[in-house]
Amino acid sequence: MTIEVKNLVKKFGSFKALDGVDLKVDNGELLALLGPSGSGKTTLLRIIAGLDWPDAGDVSFNGEDALAQGARERHVGFVFQHYALFRHMTVFENVAFGLRVQPRAVRKDEATIRTRVKELLDLVQLDWLADRYPSQLSGGQRQRIALARALAIEPRILLLDEPFGALDAKVRKELRRWLRSLHHEINVTSIFVTHDQEEALEVANRVVVMDKGRIEQIGSPDDVYESPATAFVHGFIGESIELPIQVEGGVIRLGDRPLRLAADGLAPGASKLFVRRHDMLVGPPGSGAFEGAIRHVRNFGPVQRAEVALSGGETIEIDAPRDKELRAGDTIGLEPRRYRIFAGA
Amino acid sequence: MTMQIADSVSLPAPDAKARAHAAAARDSLRTEPKAVRITIIALAMTFLTVFVVLPLVVVFAQALSKGVIAYLTALAEPEALAAIRLTLLVAAISVGLNLVFGLVAAWAIAKFDFKGKTFLITLIDLPFSVSPVISGLVFVLLFGAQGYFGSWLREHDIQILFAVPGIALATTFVTFPFVARALIPLMQEQGTQEEEAAISLGASGLQTFFRVTLPNIKWGVLYGVLLCNARAMGEFGAVSVVSGHIRGETNTMPLLVEILYNEYQFVAAFAIASLLAMLALITLIAKTVLERHLNEGHEPRDH
Repeated sequence: MTIEVKNLVKKFGSFKALDGVDLKVDNGELLALLGPSGSGKTTLLRIIAGLDWPDAGDVSFNGEDALAQGARERHVGFVFQHYALFRHMTVFENVAFGLRVQPRAVRKDEATIRTRVKELLDLVQLDWLADRYPSQLSGGQRQRIALARALAIEPRILLLDEPFGALDAKVRKELRRWLRSLHHEINVTSIFVTHDQEEALEVANRVVVMDKGRIEQIGSPDDVYESPATAFVHGFIGESIELPIQVEGGVIRLGDRPLRLAADGLAPGASKLFVRRHDMLVGPPGSGAFEGAIRHVRNFGPVQRAEVALSGGETIEIDAPRDKELRAGDTIGLEPRRYRIFAGA
Repeated sequence: MTMQIADSVSLPAPDAKARAHAAAARDSLRTEPKAVRITIIALAMTFLTVFVVLPLVVVFAQALSKGVIAYLTALAEPEALAAIRLTLLVAAISVGLNLVFGLVAAWAIAKFDFKGKTFLITLIDLPFSVSPVISGLVFVLLFGAQGYFGSWLREHDIQILFAVPGIALATTFVTFPFVARALIPLMQEQGTQEEEAAISLGASGLQTFFRVTLPNIKWGVLYGVLLCNARAMGEFGAVSVVSGHIRGETNTMPLLVEILYNEYQFVAAFAIASLLAMLALITLIAKTVLERHLNEGHEPRDH
């Protein structure tokens, strides 16, 4: 199933939740909608599901108009952030729900429903919980049941709204891996919403970065990380150092200090320079584009993180390998291995 | 050996003392001095005994003062039976109407946003803040001989005042907040996600309501119905204004109690009153049971 979204606009009062969104999702893709809260990603997902309606724009599934159908007819599996399991039904009945409410003409007999529910519970590896109630399950278990319930109707599309948002970090990591392998197995076109960049980059085939109701960039996890298209994407994905600079007459300045960086092809005026923390290479004083004094150093997993006061006024944090000798008080030179400059303040 | 004994004896002493001290400090933080505590509890108990338990006992004592036979005879009087029948009928009508109204209103308020929502919520509470006598008078003004619809009703030969419809209307008006009040907070708390899930799984509106919404609120519905019923059966003021007190026809149980009492038929009056008192006791027990169920429904929400 392919999904095509054209020029979608949705307002809540004066707030523009979606401001002209265009998106194409290929068959069998696992797509992540990534953005901060209020970026419109959940609204987009709910409109695709039919739980919300746009003020303008089109949504089509395989070329046919989806907006002509209600949520009930769209055959879309939806997984909610807070599970939304039916609290008065057992796990088994929760999963069976979508099969039991089908019109009588197409409804399967009880035996078939039982077999199907069993298969789904096996698929999410929770067949031993069939007779429990949602309140007796852990968060991770609830979310897997919610997924099984959504899959029961053999959805054409699977939509997941912050599926792991309410879970603790360890369970979240396990479920991520599990979701990716599950998607590999069932191969249904899937979109999931997240504000967690690590989750998006690890799970998805393609990532859509959103901000303020607009799409900032669409690309593979490598694309959005290695070549961010906008200042927002660079700042939002990966840990970036952001420096306000001035481009004037072929020279880049940080505060009043000229930087030894090429300014070819840059528009003059206020701009922003982005460098990943680990792309700042440490050298002796006088080497590199920047110079600064180390304030303090902390060991941080496989790297050491140093706070450096740049001559030019800004204070930044850089990541360096643990074997590099950094001491508070030292003056160092810094050379960005890779950097990007985006025009505008 | 001796050292060990000395150790084990001398060590616990300061330890226990400190612990007792800490416990005392905790106690004094948590509660008032003992004398104050006893006084407050005694006051509350005395008050309850004088104002609640005593009247209840008196009702039953008076009803049975001439023996069980007299009590049962009083209840078997045609007038008493008519009052009981009418009360049950009126309660059934008004509880039925208010069940539907309460469900619809709570649904609208909890699941949708619309203009005038706050106004509607305030309006639902109106019968609580208006004297029941005035509620009754409103219907007299509307449907009485000199009322707005009076002449039209007379032309079409429809009797509302001094008949069952009037009593049912007045009772419905006075009791309409109960079901809605019980459901609104419950439904607001539950939100709309389960309904959305049901619809995205292919359920129709009716299927969603009967399979998802209703099971989730059933204890709240019962709770509202229970309180609504208790009030409907016990309503005096509003019903008194619209009933006309026609003996054997438009007297509900509370009205009959007053009439019999005014006629010095104490055993009969208190016999009927004892039925109402029993209704109150049963309601109280049922309410406690339902509240336990309602609270259970809240516990699992710990994500």
